[in-house]
Amino acid sequence: MKVINYLPLITKNSFRNRRRSLLTIGSLMVSLCLLVLLMAMYQVLFYGGEQTPAQAVRVLMRHKVSLGHPMPLAHEGKVRQVPGVKAVSVQQWFGGTYRDARDQRNFFARFGVRPADIFKIFPEYELPAEQKQAFERERTSCIASRILANKFGWKPGERITLVGDFLPITLELTLVGIYDEPYKDEVLYFNWDYMREGLAASGTRNELEESVSQFLVQTETPADVPRVIKAIDSMFDNSPFPTKTETEQEFIISFVSFLGNLKLFLLAIGGAVTFTILLVSANTLSMSVRERIREVGVLKTLGFTPGTILGVLLGEGMAVAVAGGALGCALAWGVCAMLRNAEIPIPQLRVMHVTPLIVSISLLIALLIGLLSALVPAIGAARRPILDSLRHTG
Amino acid sequence: MAIPITYNLRNLIVRKTTTVMTALGMALTVAVLIADLALVEGLRTAFQASGHPLQILVMRKGSNAELNSSVTREALQILKAKPGFAVNGAGEPMVSPEVLTVINLPSVDSPNGMNLTVRGVSQTGVGMREMKIQDGRWFQAGQREVVVGKSVAKRYPNAQPGKRLRFGRGEWEVVGVFDAGESAVNSEIWGELNQVGSDFNRQDTVSSVLVRANDAATVQALANSLADDRQLGVEAAREREYYEQQTSAGAPLQFFGLLVAVIMAIGSSFAAMNTMYAAVSRRAKEIGTLRVLGFSRGSILLSFLIESLLLSFIGGVFGCLLALPLNGVTTGIGSFATFSEIAFNFRVSPSAMLTGIVFALVVGAIGGLFPASNAARKEILTALREI
Repeated sequence: MKVINYLPLITKNSFRNRRRSLLTIGSLMVSLCLLVLLMAMYQVLFYGGEQTPAQAVRVLMRHKVSLGHPMPLAHEGKVRQVPGVKAVSVQQWFGGTYRDARDQRNFFARFGVRPADIFKIFPEYELPAEQKQAFERERTSCIASRILANKFGWKPGERITLVGDFLPITLELTLVGIYDEPYKDEVLYFNWDYMREGLAASGTRNELEESVSQFLVQTETPADVPRVIKAIDSMFDNSPFPTKTETEQEFIISFVSFLGNLKLFLLAIGGAVTFTILLVSANTLSMSVRERIREVGVLKTLGFTPGTILGVLLGEGMAVAVAGGALGCALAWGVCAMLRNAEIPIPQLRVMHVTPLIVSISLLIALLIGLLSALVPAIGAARRPILDSLRHTG
Repeated sequence: MAIPITYNLRNLIVRKTTTVMTALGMALTVAVLIADLALVEGLRTAFQASGHPLQILVMRKGSNAELNSSVTREALQILKAKPGFAVNGAGEPMVSPEVLTVINLPSVDSPNGMNLTVRGVSQTGVGMREMKIQDGRWFQAGQREVVVGKSVAKRYPNAQPGKRLRFGRGEWEVVGVFDAGESAVNSEIWGELNQVGSDFNRQDTVSSVLVRANDAATVQALANSLADDRQLGVEAAREREYYEQQTSAGAPLQFFGLLVAVIMAIGSSFAAMNTMYAAVSRRAKEIGTLRVLGFSRGSILLSFLIESLLLSFIGGVFGCLLALPLNGVTTGIGSFATFSEIAFNFRVSPSAMLTGIVFALVVGAIGGLFPASNAARKEILTALREI
């Protein structure tokens, strides 16, 4: 007989005790949703999520120690000479304070850039042409990412004051544009030259005018990236300003290492969740098999072989677990969609995606869990002698 | 009249496989919650232990972290001349100018390198902290020598006594390991003020100045008098408050841990509900019998609720046992205030365990309520007739 013939029996059995099945599926759904989210998180944080074509040819170069350590502007000309480099521009990290520094909410990335270069190096940024021109024309203008502007309710024309810390100047900026981008980063760009003028006027720190915290490097093709990274870093390795050049994915990973040993935490929690699912599922199935001992006896007298009974029970376990898994994936997809524009302490989680790979892995896990948890009770039921089963009182 | 608790206990023992499985599932949930609390608690302890109650940290106006602060030597001279500082054993005022920078070293967790704070201090500065040399000796004046905190020695294979570190303008010899109790300075590397300062172009300025007031009554007055002095142009914060603020470095992890614990709790409450429904349906006859004996619907409800609470209590205790080995385990977290790593120990405190058990009981109550009311509503005759 074919497996397909037993499907109605399996489905019927699964819903024999509707409340229990629904609770089990609900419990598996929540746990598997968590497992899917953990995997999506792992992918975003340790593989940097999905790479866009623009990211594939872009690398960031900074001082080896941190963004807070400047590099001389003279590095720029040297990098431009490296074969495979198409364009180089600057990005100056401006720490400072917006409103009140004690409120974590006011913390977002602020960079000084050359307005004419920024959209060449970030072609995926979408900004209306007239806003683009305004940013290039007005020295005290700035632009913000959509998610940042929404967070503070900024509209074009908004006046934004940034008080510097390690750069001893205050920037009085006017928002002229809000751009859309796929990464959901909270970023504000202002005119680097405006900042340098301010530094020159304050006159205290000449070396800061001629230094920069990051270079944005664009390569000719994605294949050039590894070679360019190596060439740049080895060029400056023995200089007083050693560099660290990395892709945006690697940059995110190094940022993540700052949050603590997340990798280990994710793996530990993932393990705990999987084990919990196994326990829940095994518990339910053994309860449901125990209630049906007599019924199994009847099935045997009707001519069902122990093998068939084993198969039907295993099928039931898998059906329930896979249903939980599928719903869990759907739930996780909803959670990711909800986080897309949410205000959360780990901004990278906004770009989490439930990819087909993650879906297949979690369904496979669900299938295995269903199989494993049904195995012990099913073998027990298949082996039990008919008379013994029929005599059993629940 | 209430049904004795031994009835519930015996039932849990009879169905031991189911009991253990349900409780274990709940235990894992509780363990995740306790681990999260232990992490935040450990971080808080590390920062709280870092500040002396009488000490004030002086930084440039507008700076919220030592790393991006600078105080000129002139300002330092003016500051030193002020009255109100405590005096150390050598008769000098307790005023410690310090230089801070960050270097990058490979650690156990991140072989590609993690940032570490390097602090240049004077003899006075060392005397203002409660710390002792655990291994080797202190750095000597005029030498390119450093001592490393005990957490650094544990987590950075290159930062061991006898080894050399390359940073700034050359090599530095590691001559000792210091122990500063639970303080965050255990995650730092210390050298002599002038040596470190000259290596990082900091001859004319220092990063911050740590000062100590005479007694608790004058701390705030001293801080105010420093902050109000226009000539100085500085901010003066109590050292303890400065460090307490940095506990927020753990906020992302805390958020993440709580989220996971809550999601797992929803799953666990469903599982508990399942177990309790099974218990109710298996004992339908018993429930009928109990009713015949004169127990009211209320006491049946209470009895099943208690059973669910007992089950979740066992889960909570299991969870505590699972989380307990975490106590004292060292991990590191990056602080954006210092751009460097702070090592701290997980602290599984009694209050964290209590929270875990209460959490389990709440999950158990939610899971037990519906099955218990289901049991209480059963009609005597139908219940007795069920097989």
